[in-house]
Amino acid sequence: MATKKMALIATKGTLDMAYPPFILASTAAALGWDVQIFFTFYGLQLLRKSLDGVSISPLANPAMPMPIPMPVMVQMLPGMESMATMMMKKKMKSKGVASLQELRDVCLEADVKFVACQMTVDLFEFETSEFIKEVEYGGAATFMKFAGESDVCLFI
Amino acid sequence: MNFNKEFDASGLACPLPIVKTKKALADMTSGQVLRVISTDPGSVCDMAAFAEQTGNALLEQASENSKFVFYLKKA
Repeated sequence: MATKKMALIATKGTLDMAYPPFILASTAAALGWDVQIFFTFYGLQLLRKSLDGVSISPLANPAMPMPIPMPVMVQMLPGMESMATMMMKKKMKSKGVASLQELRDVCLEADVKFVACQMTVDLFEFETSEFIKEVEYGGAATFMKFAGESDVCLFI
Repeated sequence: MNFNKEFDASGLACPLPIVKTKKALADMTSGQVLRVISTDPGSVCDMAAFAEQTGNALLEQASENSKFVFYLKKA
């Protein structure tokens, strides 16, 4: 049986949206799939050496379950984002959900290939030294080459 | 059922039971049996899907006191 392939595009850099690419990639790798993730725009934040800055905001996120109803005016107050992030991380830990760091490490151990979009790296003036060393750099053609041969291809 | 190794995934959520089961199988030899314990209800479907896609046979599965037990035979 030929090795299955999955190609993902990760475009979001918030805590909630960081999970799907790392969950799918680590699982597919565990199933023996060959996986590549193309990180572009805000998804580049997921390649930083430290993932501590990855946050979640209740603002403009009305579907986010809150322990108590919170008016938008309150959500806007300074410190609300870091509080929401802290609470979400605490909840995840208590439910046995892996940390982003853990899932990313699993992906790297399993040889999931991380490709950073060179155009957006330049656009946001990121330094490659800000990212983990396993990252490769390329453009849309690099992604299309792998995606064209993939069995599953998702834009996240 | 006899088994060669046990992995307790109790308390872990998706995708850790699967990802760590894969790791637990890594140092086993073909034909050996791994017993996995999980508390994640999603792992019932996930473990069957894992077994089917990796060729590691799911010999038996059962639930005991809100825990799920799986016996996987390494391919």
